[in-house]
Amino acid sequence: MHDLTLAQMCHGLARRDFSSTELTRHLLERIGAANPRYNAFITIASETALAQAAAADRRRAAGDAPALCGLPIAHKDIFCTRGLRTSCGSRMLDNFVPPYDATVVERCAAAGAVVLGKTNMDEFAMGSSNETSYYGPVKNPWATDCVPGGSSGGSAAALAARLVPGATASDTGGSIRQPAALCGVTGLKPTYGRVSRWGMIAFASSLDQAGPMARTAEDVALLLQVMAGFDARDSTCLDRPVPDYAATLEQPLAGLRIGVPEEYFGAGLHPGTERAVREALAEFERQGARLVAISLPHSGLAVPAYYVIAPAEASANLSRFDGVRYGHRCADPVDLRDLYMRSREEGFGDEVKRRILIGTYCLSAGYYDAYYNKAQQVRRLIRQDFLDAFANVDLILGPTCPNPAFAFGAKGGDPVAMYLEDIYTIAANLAGLPALSVPCGLVDAKPVGLQIIGNYFDEARMLNAAHRYQLATGWHQLAPPALTETAA
Amino acid sequence: MSWETVIGLEVHLQLATRSKLFSGAATAFGAAPNTQACAIDLALPGTLPLLNKAAVEMAIRFGLAVDAEINPVSVFERKNYFYPDLPKGYQTTQLAHPIVGPGHLDIELADGREKRIRIHHAHLEEDAGKSLHEDFHGLSGIDLNRAGTPLIEIVTEPDLRNAEEAVAFAKKLHAIVTALGISDGDMSQGSMRFDVNVSVRRPGEPLGTRTETKNLNSFRFMERAIAKEVARQIGVLEDGGRVLQETRLYDGDTDSARAMRSKEEANDYRYFPCPDLLPVHVAPALIEQLRASQPELPDARRARFVAEHGLSDYDAGQLAADTPTAHYFEAAAKASGDPKLAANWLMGEIAARLNSTETAIAACPVSPAQLGGLLQRILDRTISNAIARQVFDALWNGASDADAVIEAKGLKQVSDSGAIAALVDQVLVANPKQVADYRAAPDDKKAKMFGFFVGQAMKASGGKVNPQQLNALLAARLNG
Repeated sequence: MHDLTLAQMCHGLARRDFSSTELTRHLLERIGAANPRYNAFITIASETALAQAAAADRRRAAGDAPALCGLPIAHKDIFCTRGLRTSCGSRMLDNFVPPYDATVVERCAAAGAVVLGKTNMDEFAMGSSNETSYYGPVKNPWATDCVPGGSSGGSAAALAARLVPGATASDTGGSIRQPAALCGVTGLKPTYGRVSRWGMIAFASSLDQAGPMARTAEDVALLLQVMAGFDARDSTCLDRPVPDYAATLEQPLAGLRIGVPEEYFGAGLHPGTERAVREALAEFERQGARLVAISLPHSGLAVPAYYVIAPAEASANLSRFDGVRYGHRCADPVDLRDLYMRSREEGFGDEVKRRILIGTYCLSAGYYDAYYNKAQQVRRLIRQDFLDAFANVDLILGPTCPNPAFAFGAKGGDPVAMYLEDIYTIAANLAGLPALSVPCGLVDAKPVGLQIIGNYFDEARMLNAAHRYQLATGWHQLAPPALTETAA
Repeated sequence: MSWETVIGLEVHLQLATRSKLFSGAATAFGAAPNTQACAIDLALPGTLPLLNKAAVEMAIRFGLAVDAEINPVSVFERKNYFYPDLPKGYQTTQLAHPIVGPGHLDIELADGREKRIRIHHAHLEEDAGKSLHEDFHGLSGIDLNRAGTPLIEIVTEPDLRNAEEAVAFAKKLHAIVTALGISDGDMSQGSMRFDVNVSVRRPGEPLGTRTETKNLNSFRFMERAIAKEVARQIGVLEDGGRVLQETRLYDGDTDSARAMRSKEEANDYRYFPCPDLLPVHVAPALIEQLRASQPELPDARRARFVAEHGLSDYDAGQLAADTPTAHYFEAAAKASGDPKLAANWLMGEIAARLNSTETAIAACPVSPAQLGGLLQRILDRTISNAIARQVFDALWNGASDADAVIEAKGLKQVSDSGAIAALVDQVLVANPKQVADYRAAPDDKKAKMFGFFVGQAMKASGGKVNPQQLNALLAARLNG
C-alpha cells in the first residue's frame, strides 16, 4: 500500500479498496518503525491523523470527496499548524505551538488531506544537508551514511522511504529541488507568488516559496493544484488564475524548445551527473523536443549574490526570536541584554548564527552599497539572463545539483563548499522562476536529479514535460535498495 | 552679538484608522493591555503584514493639504533594532521613498506676517508598543496594543527661528490634520508627538551642531523644551564650549532635560526594503479622487466665515482653527439665524464655561440647536441678555430648550407698555428723594443717576422688563 502514488491511493480510496483510516494506520506504523532510522519526522501526529482519516472516510461515504480526501501527507516543520508544535528545526521554537494554520496547511486540510506529522529540516531552512537541524540530521534512505539534502530533507527522505506519498516543502535556494534530487523524488518550487507564504516561517522573504514534493510529477501536480492560488494575507502572493495542471500532463512534447545552458555543465559537475542529465535530454529529443544551446552569463554570480540577500533578509526575519513573547528563553536572565543574548545564543545553532552575522554585516552602514545593493543589481542581471533565454526557449533543463548525496560531515568544515551544492538551484530563486527536479539516474548507486526551469507561471508546461519523461523512464520508480532488502 | 536659533521639527501623528497599519487589530485607546494585538502585532512566526489602504489615503490627504508632491511609488523599509516593545525586532517605516514629498505650510507670526515653513517629506510607519516599568517589582511589562498603530512622521526643513514659530507651526498642523479627520490630534493620548531639532549660530554663519529633544507631547512642553535648549546651547557656546550632537529627553513635570545618547552611541538601523510588502503605487486617479473630496481646511474656512457670515478676520480665525468648534459655530449660526451673535456667545459664554469645566466642545452640554433657540429669544426680544445667561445656565445643567426654561421660570420679558408704566410709577413713588435729586442735577450728572432707576425697575421686575421700553418710559417720566 505504501508503494502507491497519491494518484493510485486516490483511486484505491475511491474504489473502496481500502479506507483512509487503514491507509493512515499503515503509514503511521511504518513511520513508527522507520523513523528512528531516518529521523525524517520531528513530530508524528498519530492521534490527529487518525481522527482526520476517520473524518475523511465519513466525508467520502457521504459522497463528498475533495481532491485530497483521505490522502495522507506530511508538512515540513516550517509550516505553522494550529495546535501542533512547529519547530522550524530549531531549539528556539522547540516549545512553539502556533495558534493558527499556514495557508498551505489550511488548503490541504480543506481538500481533505490527512497530516501524518511534521518533517525534519535544516534549522530555519538554512542548510543543504539537514545537518543543521536541532533534532539531528535526516538519513538518506538510499545510503544512511549520506545526507538527504536540505533544507527539506525530512520531506524528501520520508517520500523515498515510502513513509508518505506526498509532502509540503519550501525552497529558498534549492531546499525543495536539492533534497528531491538527492533522495530520488520529484519536487517543485513554484513561481514566487504562486503559493501563499502566510504561516510559513520566513527565512528570506523575497526568495522563500512553498511547494510540493511527491514521487511522481502527476502527484506533484495534484498537490500544487491544492496549494496554489491567491491569498490576500500575503502581499507578495499574486492574483492569477490557477490552471488545471492535470489537464495538460499528457500533452506530447513535439516542438518543445529546451534551452541547455552551457554554464550548467562546466567545472564542478560530477561526470556521472552530467551523463545522466545528457541521457535525459536525449529522451526529450526522442519525444520531439528540440535542444537549444543557451547561455545564462551571470550564473556564476548567483551563489555570492544569494549569500548576501538571503542572510540580509534572514537577519531581520529572525530578530523576532528574542525570548520575550514566545520560543526559547534563557533561564534566570539578569537583565534585558542578558535575556536577548543568552536566549539567542542558546536557541540558535551555528549555521543560523553565521547567516545572521553575515546578513547584519552586509546591511551595516558603509557596507550596504557594496554588498546588499550590489547583490540586488546582480539579481536583476540574473533575472534578465532568464528573460532573454525564454525569448527563444520554452523550458531550461540541466542538473539539479553537481553531485549525488555526500557523506555526513563531508562539508562540515567548509561552509562555502556546502553553499556550492546549490550552484544550479539558487538562480531560479533570485529570478523568482518556477523550477522542479525529477530523478534522472543513479550515480554511485545514489539518485541524481534533472532540473526543469520554466518561465513565470509556466508550472503546467514543466509538469507536462516531467510527466512525459516519467512515462518514458523508470528512475522515479526506483526505491532505495534497503527498502526492498528489508521487504525481502 | 546676538544668536540665531534654528529649529526643525519631526512630528509623529497617529492616524485615525480603525485598524492597524499592517493588521486588522483595533487601534482604540485605553483597552486592557495586550487585548488589541493579534498574531501579526505579536510577530508570531509566519505572519505577514498587509497594508491598510485607509492609512495610505490619509497620508495622501495630508500631502495634498500641504501642497506636497505625492510620490507615485513609495517603499516600506525595515528599521532594525532590538527592544521588548518592538515585536518584530524592526520597525516597518519609509526612508528613501516616502509617500509624501516636499510641501509647505504657511504660519502666521505674532506681528501678523505670514511665513512659509517647508516640509521636507512625510512618511508612513508603524508605532511600537509600550514598556511599563512601574508595578512589576523590578521587571517590565509590555503592552502591545499600540504596536502597529499607523503613524505619519512629518519632517520640516530647519525653517523655524524660535519657539513661538515652532508652536505656531504645530498648532497650524494640528488644525489641519484634525480638519482632515486623519487624526484625533489628542496629544494627551500621544496622537501627536514632537521631536525638536535645535541649533544656534551667529547670524549669517553656517548651521551649528544640533540636538534632538524627543517625544514632546504638548505645545507648552515644546515651547519650554526649546527655550531651555536654546539657553543651554548659548550658555555652552558663550563659555567657550562645544555643543555635542545628541538626543535629549525633556521632562515636563520637572521642566528639565537631560542627554539620552550621543551620536557615537547612535544605532546603526540597517534599513533595507521590506520584502514582505510590495512598493506602494498611488494611481493619479486616487490622488484626484482624494483631492476632490478633501474637507475644508482652516484657512479656507476662515475666509468663508468672513465672507459668508460677516465675522471679523480675528473672530473667523478663532472659530475656524478648531474643527469641532467651527462645526458647532456653523450649526449654531444656522439655528439662531445670527452668525455674529452665535460667534459672540461661542467665544464668550461657552468658551469660558468649557474652559472652567475642562470640557471639549464636542462634549458641550448645550447643543448648537439649543443655543440657537436661546439666541432667537434674544433676537425677538423675548428675553434680555441678562436673562439669557440664566437660561443658558439652565440649559448647561440639563434643561431641554430655552422656551421651556423661559416658560417654566416666567422669564418672559415684560414689554407691555401699561405694565412698564405702572412699574416706573412704582419706582418713582418709592424713591422721591432720588427723583428730586435727579431733577435738580446738572445734565452731565443725569446719565449716571438715571442708571439707579433702571436698576430699581429691573430688580422689581426680576430682570424681565424690556430694557429699551423701560429706558424710554423712565426718561419720559423723569425728564418730562
